[in-house]
Amino acid sequence: MTEALTLNKITSQKGISISEATRLIADLGWTPSYVQDAMHFPTDYKISKPPRDPMKQVLRSYFPMQEEKDNRVYGALDAALRGDMFRNVEPRWIEWMKLFLAIIPFPEISAARSMATLGQLAPGDHLRTGFTMQMVDEFRHSTIQMNLKKWYMENYIDPAGFDITEKAFGKCYATTIGRQFGEAFLTGDAITASNIYLQVAAETAFTNTLFVAMPSEAARNGDYALPTVFLSVQSDESRHIGNGHSMLMSILKEPDNHMLLERDIRYSFWQNHMIVDAAIGTIIEYGTKNRDKNKESYAELWHRWIFEDYYRTYMLPLEKYGIKIHHDDVHEAFDSIVKKGYVHKVAQFFSAGWWANFWRIEAQTERDFEWFEHKYPGWYDEFGAWWENYEKLSKPGSEIITFADTGYVYPHRCWSSLVPCVIREDFCVDEVDGELFTYASEVDRWTHKEAFAGEYQGRPTPAMGRFSGRRQWEEVYDGWDVADAIVDMGFVRPDGKTLIAQPHMSFEEKDMWTLDHVRGHTIRSPLKALRDLKPEARAAHIEEYRNGFKIRRI
Amino acid sequence: MSTQALAVEEKSAAAGAKVFPGWDSRAYNYYEPKGRRATHYEDVTVDVQPDPARYLLQDWIISFGDGTPTYSKDWTALKSHDWHLYRAPDQEWERTHYQRQSTICGMIKNVIDNARKAGAPKRFDKAWVKVLQDHIGAFKHAEYGAGTALMRAQRYGYTQMVNNAILTNSSYKLRMAQDLTLYLGEIGLDIEGFDADAGKASWLENPIWQKSRELIESARGANDFLEQYFIVNVLFEPLVGEMFRSGFVMQVAAAQNDYSTPSVISAAEADYERNLANTVELFAMLVRDPHHGEANRQLLHAWFDKYSPIATQAAMDLQPIWSQPRVKAAQFADAYASAINRMQAIVSEIGVFATQVPMPDLETAEPAE
Repeated sequence: MTEALTLNKITSQKGISISEATRLIADLGWTPSYVQDAMHFPTDYKISKPPRDPMKQVLRSYFPMQEEKDNRVYGALDAALRGDMFRNVEPRWIEWMKLFLAIIPFPEISAARSMATLGQLAPGDHLRTGFTMQMVDEFRHSTIQMNLKKWYMENYIDPAGFDITEKAFGKCYATTIGRQFGEAFLTGDAITASNIYLQVAAETAFTNTLFVAMPSEAARNGDYALPTVFLSVQSDESRHIGNGHSMLMSILKEPDNHMLLERDIRYSFWQNHMIVDAAIGTIIEYGTKNRDKNKESYAELWHRWIFEDYYRTYMLPLEKYGIKIHHDDVHEAFDSIVKKGYVHKVAQFFSAGWWANFWRIEAQTERDFEWFEHKYPGWYDEFGAWWENYEKLSKPGSEIITFADTGYVYPHRCWSSLVPCVIREDFCVDEVDGELFTYASEVDRWTHKEAFAGEYQGRPTPAMGRFSGRRQWEEVYDGWDVADAIVDMGFVRPDGKTLIAQPHMSFEEKDMWTLDHVRGHTIRSPLKALRDLKPEARAAHIEEYRNGFKIRRI
Repeated sequence: MSTQALAVEEKSAAAGAKVFPGWDSRAYNYYEPKGRRATHYEDVTVDVQPDPARYLLQDWIISFGDGTPTYSKDWTALKSHDWHLYRAPDQEWERTHYQRQSTICGMIKNVIDNARKAGAPKRFDKAWVKVLQDHIGAFKHAEYGAGTALMRAQRYGYTQMVNNAILTNSSYKLRMAQDLTLYLGEIGLDIEGFDADAGKASWLENPIWQKSRELIESARGANDFLEQYFIVNVLFEPLVGEMFRSGFVMQVAAAQNDYSTPSVISAAEADYERNLANTVELFAMLVRDPHHGEANRQLLHAWFDKYSPIATQAAMDLQPIWSQPRVKAAQFADAYASAINRMQAIVSEIGVFATQVPMPDLETAEPAE
């Protein structure tokens, strides 16, 4: 029997092999002799071994591949509109996209910028194509996400919050947490930021919860657009993970780097946990209407993606190269989600300050309670009363839950991750340069005081970044009336009085809160108040804070 | 309408299902479009890189060890009273970038596949093969050097619009460098004795290319990211890049039985038109700046004075290449004059000189030995 003839067989001709192509391309670089390369962002690491290119892809196959991926994404968005997606989508879910999509384009483009640094720092030119593709990928992600947000704004019932998105990103207490994430990709020690924090921790570990777990939940809420865009985004991440691992392997070869690697892997893992789990855990578990008990909880997802996939197969093998891995941190992170209610407490915090948001948060109800109790036994006892109060106080004219007599204690803010110190028993304080700071945990304290400093364990680390700016939102508005702060942030609808944020999903004008409903309450900075206390009173406050609180039904 | 249909309507989360304050606020409202209406490019680009002077309430929250914030206006000596005014004329965002890059990749692939199927490389004139090997082979490194310089530069701009314009420019240059590399690798399979490594040796050692290399290394070596952008697009491209591509390869190749090389290299000409438009718009905006315009102009003038001698000498040094093909289809003097005119038009458009742009004297520039 004759072999079938295919068009490929007729038209194919001998070309250069992939390995020869990548060899030729890597040979494009040279050592300059007339003018030395410009300064690059500083690092305390030494890198002498050129990283290898694990992907061996060239740009002429990359661009058509990406165009095809784009065609599928934009085709799917068109199809979603033709299929009337927004008729059936859950508003509870889309509201959280106002927060998520306000944050994420900035970390994406920060990652693009950071390829400048890695491209300069990596010896040789083998990985330059990898960094180039990552640079263009991140440009893709940033603008494709801005496009998705615009699409929601144009087609979802309540566009308020999407319409001010990048302004909101600059003003909101919650987006600053995302900015801590994004700025960390490109500021400070270049290797710490762009390789360890971005590629080794964020992209290798936490994009799985960001870009895989979250789209699954979106689909359960009738949102087919987010999975389409974000799974396409995630398909680029494997390339970035490869870049990161290759760079890491080069850095590992130098024993002098090991102390810094231990520091940076510790800092990066913990802060990614604090930030990503706070945001994505809350969105997945509190932004959903789907209460299928067979689906994985965030804790279960975390165990699969972070503990099994990342910790066991990526972090642990680094030990054979002599890198100390802080196993206790990984276990502590998991415990914080499973045993200490980290995600639930962050969700509680977001809802406590609902009026300062630019998205709506709906009360959790009986159906939600049942699911939470099933997945997290004991949940109702700790959080049920809070959400029942929240629903009771969701009508305009009610007392604002933040200031109601529920027993809730507005949290201190962690100076490192900027997430509130919601696990009360882990709260700690310390002094840096003679000033008092608050932290969500011991690792956060260590991050600020020891890691982000000019010296680490006796070794000068001049390249390491520093925490700066007006890091605590509450300090910015300390002493302000709630209504004035909302106006100042611009979180008011076009009528000039109705809040963008609402503590419910009613789209009836009569149910919507206005500035008049929230006026008369003053914002206070917990840190400023703590600093103002005398030592004994401060110690008593810290002790009391660590003891936590019990919510009263109102 | 049935009760059931009403219930569905009630539940709908589609735009317009309810009317309430803000229900019809369906455009990004936090920036001023450059034109009458916001473009898609503006919507997906403006303000993604924030600024404490606009909405960044809490300022940059991480700094470098020396206190420099995440983004700093001090990364260029050029100044603007408002960096946010800049819009890239090519309006490129991810989708248009991939569409354009992918179309080019497809075009180049077809050209190479068809030329090789037709046995075209075997019919290239022998003298021309050496030109491809030594000079296109050297020029690919210039494209690469420009691309890597811009890859660095895209980190430093003060707005997303500036940085993304430089990023796409880098992407185009690096693609062209790879296009040429792979093209030479592939036709090399069909041409007996073709030395794919000769181009790099030529780039590193051949006197013809040393000033070009110095110019590209100057672009890579400039600490000011807009100085890098200036060297690449205002000096290197018109005087070396475009002159070599359009003034030589695209005019001469056909006469040597080569129709594929001009097609491959032509993509860079269209890339440059877009990158040039972005460059001129940015520098012209800075020269017209109401507060810093004159100081900016003087700085651009200083950069011009510093690098244009290298660039014009680099252009002059290429002269021997025009003599190497067997069939002389183009004159170096014409190409050079055209390149000088082009550069003159660019700096005039930007407004680098307070008066008429001085024309370099053709007779005084000496080609390399």
